[in-house]
Amino acid sequence: MSETLQTLLQGRTAIAGHRPWPRYEIDAATWDALGAALAAGEGTLLGLWGDEGLVHMALSAPTLPTPAIVTLAVPDGTFPSVGKHHPPAIRLERAVCDLYGYAAAGAPDARKWLDHGAWGITAPLGSRAPAPLADPVAYDFSPVHGEGLHQIPVGPVHAGIIEPGHFRFTANGEIIARLEERLGYVHKGIDSLTTGCDIDRAARLVARVSGDSTVAASFAFARALESARGISAPPRAVALRGIMAELERIANHLGDIGAVCNDAAFALILAYCGILREKVLAACDRVFGHRLMMDKIVPGGVAHDPSPAELGVILAMLDDIAPLFADVVEEYDDTPSLQDRTCATGVVTPDLVVKWGAGGHVGRASGRDFDARRNLAYAPYDDLGFLVPVFMAGDVDARVRVRIREVEASMEMIRMLIDSLPDGPVRTQATGASAGEGVAVTEAFRGDLLVWLRLDGSRVARCHIRDASWFQWPLLEASIENNIVADFPLCNKSFNCSYSGHDL
Amino acid sequence: MRTLLLRSLFARPVTIAAPSAENAALTEVGHALEGRIRRLYGRSLTIREVDAGSCNGCELEIHALNNAVYDCERFGLRFAASPRHCDVLMVTGPVTRNMKVALERTYAATPDPKWVVAVGDCACGCGVFEDSYAVIGAVDKVVPVDLHVKGCPPRPIELLRGLVALVDKATAKG
Repeated sequence: MSETLQTLLQGRTAIAGHRPWPRYEIDAATWDALGAALAAGEGTLLGLWGDEGLVHMALSAPTLPTPAIVTLAVPDGTFPSVGKHHPPAIRLERAVCDLYGYAAAGAPDARKWLDHGAWGITAPLGSRAPAPLADPVAYDFSPVHGEGLHQIPVGPVHAGIIEPGHFRFTANGEIIARLEERLGYVHKGIDSLTTGCDIDRAARLVARVSGDSTVAASFAFARALESARGISAPPRAVALRGIMAELERIANHLGDIGAVCNDAAFALILAYCGILREKVLAACDRVFGHRLMMDKIVPGGVAHDPSPAELGVILAMLDDIAPLFADVVEEYDDTPSLQDRTCATGVVTPDLVVKWGAGGHVGRASGRDFDARRNLAYAPYDDLGFLVPVFMAGDVDARVRVRIREVEASMEMIRMLIDSLPDGPVRTQATGASAGEGVAVTEAFRGDLLVWLRLDGSRVARCHIRDASWFQWPLLEASIENNIVADFPLCNKSFNCSYSGHDL
Repeated sequence: MRTLLLRSLFARPVTIAAPSAENAALTEVGHALEGRIRRLYGRSLTIREVDAGSCNGCELEIHALNNAVYDCERFGLRFAASPRHCDVLMVTGPVTRNMKVALERTYAATPDPKWVVAVGDCACGCGVFEDSYAVIGAVDKVVPVDLHVKGCPPRPIELLRGLVALVDKATAKG
């Protein structure tokens, strides 16, 4: 390959009004070359999404000063496939094709992804041409050949209280030869609903992309919108956002640690983690008026300014749960029969997490030392010293241990943020009629979450949310290979990918 | 060594420890539920949860019903893995077009008599996802609903209160 990712983008003029990272309009040859450069390991794909007559791709690279967005016009409805070079783009391109009708030329997988033939139309953000309803079960799973193989179909309705999706296992006895996922069941058309809608409605929709990451998504949306408007939230609001984001992280990690242990039939830790999680959510409810803190981060700031007494509730809750959490961790460490299930189970290799740019505990358990709070530093984390735990084993145990260390780190961060909480207002005026484009990445509990938007006066012209799960779901398929069927729940919970955040 | 387990054996239940207003309501709701379910089902009301398009917020709170603080099993309420084993379908989400058939089949697989509880603002009326090509809407557009529990998402205590109301309805029906 002659041109590197850096030289491909060098000397270009960025589109005016796109903040804080540059956006470049490029031609098809450059788009294709960028795909090859990503495949060569020069950078990381951060997202790929459609727009009216356009496709956008977000990427980062060590040779670039900041991440960048590149845009290709698709006048004839096709664009060169990035996925043919770089597999992490395949599902993103299938989604673009389903929503806009733009085909990725040369793509290795032309099957529908989000479109199950149930909408009555095709390309809902494109031609909206009427389409006959299809049998929802009809889907060409990749063929698996070999002696003694059998298939186990699971879902979309699962056995637990979880979201819907279909898993097609091909097993040889107890050993899984292949897992293929089929997602899209909870596709609600969020890309369409946030197109040309007023800012308040867009904010409410973004907060409901994935209920467990509502704070992280609202945080990213608010920052993207503030970037587009060229404003920033007041310092007190920024610190409060950090407190909420870390509370959300603690609550989710506690739930996951308990659930992983429960899937290994160790109910004691689930019981304790359930109590700890409940204490966190009850404190959130008392302080912010909502257990999940939904709609509490708003463009321009935060919706509620907690009193000193309310901040004391959070500190008291942390003092309450910290010693009990230490006991839970000790119990995990002291139980070899539990670790017998979690260690060496569901291994993801370091090269895969790097290639897929997998964030969160999936990446950090396999040696990818990336955390958006530090690597793409944003307030309030840019002023905060904190630990980013990284493990190398890549198994269920490592993903549990990343969460354990992160719970401890987040508790410390909340204390620091409350200690140094600035006085002042918690909201600036975010309304107005300016145009502009903004992008932001926040570190949700499961990894980096990207929001990109274009404003048109007082409305959101286009908004795209890319959950960390897009780059983690495919690795779940890889992790389960050669494991036994009974270990799938354990692996799945150790990932805890979002269905709704992925399906949109 | 096993300090957590030992402590659990001798600890007072977290469920009734702190008599705050909310826990008082929880106890009150719980006892009302217990009496009615015993008359109807010999203390057993089994629930199958179906996410028909939710953002997962409602699932998180339904999960909490199983924790030691709300402990719904002490009221005879338990969650089952299969619709064939349940009396109640608890459905969340605006029903997406991609989940319509799966919801209909789950409903068909549930033996009579059965009740459907729509949980959350989306399941009750479509919520913020109204007007989408991908969404059918409220659960009652696909299967008959016996009870609506609103909230975005409803708190676990509100879910328990809702189940009391359901048992009231079940008595009237049965």
